[in-house]
Amino acid sequence: MTKTPLLTINDLHVSFFTPAGEVKAVNGLSYTLGEKEVLGIVGESGSGKSVSAYALMRILQHPGKVTGGSIDFAGKAINTLSEKEMQVIRGKDMAMIFQDPMTSLNPVFTIGSQLRETIMKHTDLNRAQATARAIEMLEQVGINNPEHRIKQYPHELSGGMRQRIMIAMAMSCKPKLLIADEPTTALDVTIQAQIMDLMNTLRNETDSSIIMITHDLGVISEICDNVLIMYGGRVVEYGNVDDIFYRSAHPYTKGLLNCLPRLDDDEDIMLTPIEGTPVDLMELPKGCTFAARCDSCMRICLKQSPPEFILDEESNHVVSCWLHTVPKGGEYNE
Amino acid sequence: MKMNSDNFDKTLTKILKYTKPFSIRLAPDDMLSVPPEERQSDVTLRPPSTYWKDVFRRFSRNKVAIVSLIVIILIALFAFVGPYFSPYNYAQQIRGSERLSPCFAHPFGTDALGRDMLVRVMIGTRLSLTIGVFCAAIVLLVGSIYGAISGYYGGMTDNIMMRIADVIYSLPTVLVIIILQISLDQPLRELFPNSRLGTSVISIFIAFALVYWVDMARMVRSQVLLLKQNEYVTAAKAMGASDTRIISRHLIPNSIATITVSALFQVPTAIFLEAFLSFLGLGPSAPMASLGSLASSALSGIQSYPYQLFFPALFICLLVLAFNQFGDGLRDAIDPRMKN
Amino acid sequence: MVRFLSRRIVSMILAIFVVITLTFFLMNLVPGGPFNTEKLSPKAAAILENKYGLNQPLLKQYTDYLGDLLRGDLGVSIKKVGYTVNELIAEKFPVSASVGGIAICIAVILGIPAGVIAAMKRNTVIDRIIMFICTLGVSVPSFIVATLLLYVFGIKLAILPTMRLNSAASYIMPAVALSLSPLCYITRLTRSSMMEAMEQDYIKTAQAKGLSRLTVIGKHALRNSVIPVITYLGPLTAAILTGGFVVENIFSIPGLGKYFVESISNRDYPMIMGTTIFFALLLLVLNFIVDLLYKVVDPRIKY
Repeated sequence: MTKTPLLTINDLHVSFFTPAGEVKAVNGLSYTLGEKEVLGIVGESGSGKSVSAYALMRILQHPGKVTGGSIDFAGKAINTLSEKEMQVIRGKDMAMIFQDPMTSLNPVFTIGSQLRETIMKHTDLNRAQATARAIEMLEQVGINNPEHRIKQYPHELSGGMRQRIMIAMAMSCKPKLLIADEPTTALDVTIQAQIMDLMNTLRNETDSSIIMITHDLGVISEICDNVLIMYGGRVVEYGNVDDIFYRSAHPYTKGLLNCLPRLDDDEDIMLTPIEGTPVDLMELPKGCTFAARCDSCMRICLKQSPPEFILDEESNHVVSCWLHTVPKGGEYNE
Repeated sequence: MKMNSDNFDKTLTKILKYTKPFSIRLAPDDMLSVPPEERQSDVTLRPPSTYWKDVFRRFSRNKVAIVSLIVIILIALFAFVGPYFSPYNYAQQIRGSERLSPCFAHPFGTDALGRDMLVRVMIGTRLSLTIGVFCAAIVLLVGSIYGAISGYYGGMTDNIMMRIADVIYSLPTVLVIIILQISLDQPLRELFPNSRLGTSVISIFIAFALVYWVDMARMVRSQVLLLKQNEYVTAAKAMGASDTRIISRHLIPNSIATITVSALFQVPTAIFLEAFLSFLGLGPSAPMASLGSLASSALSGIQSYPYQLFFPALFICLLVLAFNQFGDGLRDAIDPRMKN
Repeated sequence: MVRFLSRRIVSMILAIFVVITLTFFLMNLVPGGPFNTEKLSPKAAAILENKYGLNQPLLKQYTDYLGDLLRGDLGVSIKKVGYTVNELIAEKFPVSASVGGIAICIAVILGIPAGVIAAMKRNTVIDRIIMFICTLGVSVPSFIVATLLLYVFGIKLAILPTMRLNSAASYIMPAVALSLSPLCYITRLTRSSMMEAMEQDYIKTAQAKGLSRLTVIGKHALRNSVIPVITYLGPLTAAILTGGFVVENIFSIPGLGKYFVESISNRDYPMIMGTTIFFALLLLVLNFIVDLLYKVVDPRIKY
């Protein structure tokens, strides 16, 4: 695969400088994303997954700042662009949808006006043409009666519809990259399924790459090509979806998979959570961030943060864990 | 392949993904597993704290609020203790000393009748403060009882009571107070013929009690409604407590904090209002003075004797400012929101 | 919508009714009519009382008054002979309205931008200065501001006229005095609601759409943060109206507020009642309009 990737993130560091101290939200994140690829980013709250996306779009809220690393998108070095140049990219080449559709749409403007806004900002269409395009987009995302809908206000619509509208807004200018930050978390299960169907359709019918940020492994298995697992602001494992589900290497990943109840489990089986509390981002340990909660914790884990070990060059399965210092096929002498 | 330290190292540098060169000497010891107890780094837990301690802590961080509290205390001392230190009486007219500018004997000057302004401002502050606190207390009392009853009983009682409150709320308050004041003047004169305060002050109390309680009642009612769903009430009812007992012992104390702050904000409103009414000529009768009436009488001589206005005005502003800031600080301490 | 309208109108009528009744009976609580201040022979007094219907049973006076009111007749001024209350109000209200109107404009037109600036530059020097001024401004009563302005600009510096409304310049001090406190309040209100609005998710969406900072703030955030300010417009008009009583007095402006205060000391009952009812009605109607406006700005409101 020698094609230039669409997105390259290299050693990204993001911190929040709060009155209480520096919160290190992202500590050395690196990955690449190709065209038409769907990458899932998995992690619990506080793992830095959403923050990295905001940093990518450069919409980090004060007091957050990118403190290191580089971001290359479609040949442009994102961290060197001016705000005006970023505004051209946002919404047009790079789009984002957010977790809570209830609050992500401005309550005082109609759907139509909010859709038109993006379209007219990034294209040359006039108002009538933009409205037509908006209606087109609404049809594409499966909203019936779009001519009526565009005159409605967000509070008049259900959560599922609002999320579809968010997707329509994001896709309206045919972005190269769509970032979906927990798009189904705030929706109930049946609506989740509908939205995931929609996203699958988008993936098949458009040329956009998708970054799917979620803590829901079910969502990952449905749509993602590759998966990135984050903990404490760092990458702990990366691989394609099969590697992660069937050949997971990091104790955290294994723990996440074990947490999930299975349909074929007995009713009275105890769920196995991952013990412990998330790492304190203001006082990051000098060793592995997961050490305190890891059943296979070794002395070295407390002393030094593990680098990324390649498990499989071809499928690009990488893990950040001292357990894997043994190369394939070798033994270990304790 | 058996691993020894040699090819262990080599293997390591080969299989890493890092673009930066990385090498580490791993000893076999490092790979020993660590038992659970040793895995945690020091986790410091804050000692648990009670609600009131938290409130106090947050409040003490707020410098402006503390300064305001100090200012209030100082002004109160000034108003209530100050006159005892003055050689003059507030009604005392000193012939030959009319309209003096501030000087050593009379730090605030004297007024048109030769009365010492310093002691008059002290007395005026005393009256204004008293009016403020009393009115706040009245509003607190009337509003709380009304709101608690309405909220607790609910249903039709609540409905009717709130409708009445709505009608009273929609009345233009200042107008009603003016009308009340004028009309209550005579009857009060007959009821309290020797009142030093003057009937206007008493009628302010009455007017406040009749008109300003609505906001307080609404707030208390909403607190009561919140608490009605609380376990407290279920438990008390299970023990056979009567209705009045439930209201007085369980519900009201729980909302003390929010209601106190609300009452606190009534003080500057009352002081404002009293000054306003004084300016309209509805203030306390001479020789008694309030800050408002002092300011009002200073108006006619403002061209030549501005100091007569300056000091009462200053104290009005200080009082209102201090109470507002103190109230703000207290409210933030009780109900903190993330402030950046 | 119809339900809302009818309910509102009913409660407005109820409120006015209470005001009328309250005012009427309270006015008549005061023993001695309006003529005690003059030295009249009993015969002359009787004639006057007859003329103004003051010797009839109270209830009849009340119902007569209500009847007159329904016809829009507020009665005749007792003190200013030859003038009806309606005429006097019609003559003096526009004066008050002009000063009051300017004050409202100043408060809103300056207050909202100031609040936005303070919110956008929060915790910087500009923000702290604006907030400091506003904290002071809210605590100083309008009549104190009026007297201070009068002293500094009217007397000491003598650059602004201090009496009546003869020139454009003479509007400055009264309007500023009336508007200062509301202006500061609006600034604080706008600032806090802007700060809240900027934390909302739809702002992130707007940013992610690539909209310019000006659009995000000036369109998306501002539209939402103006809503609480509109709610404040009701109390604002009331404050300016009542503030006018004293400010008109201080600057000798021949407005309705000043005249109202005079009629209070003169015991000109019809005038007092008529003006009270007029003011009450005015406030109720304005509050009603504000509530309708609220619905226009915030489509979530359902009546």
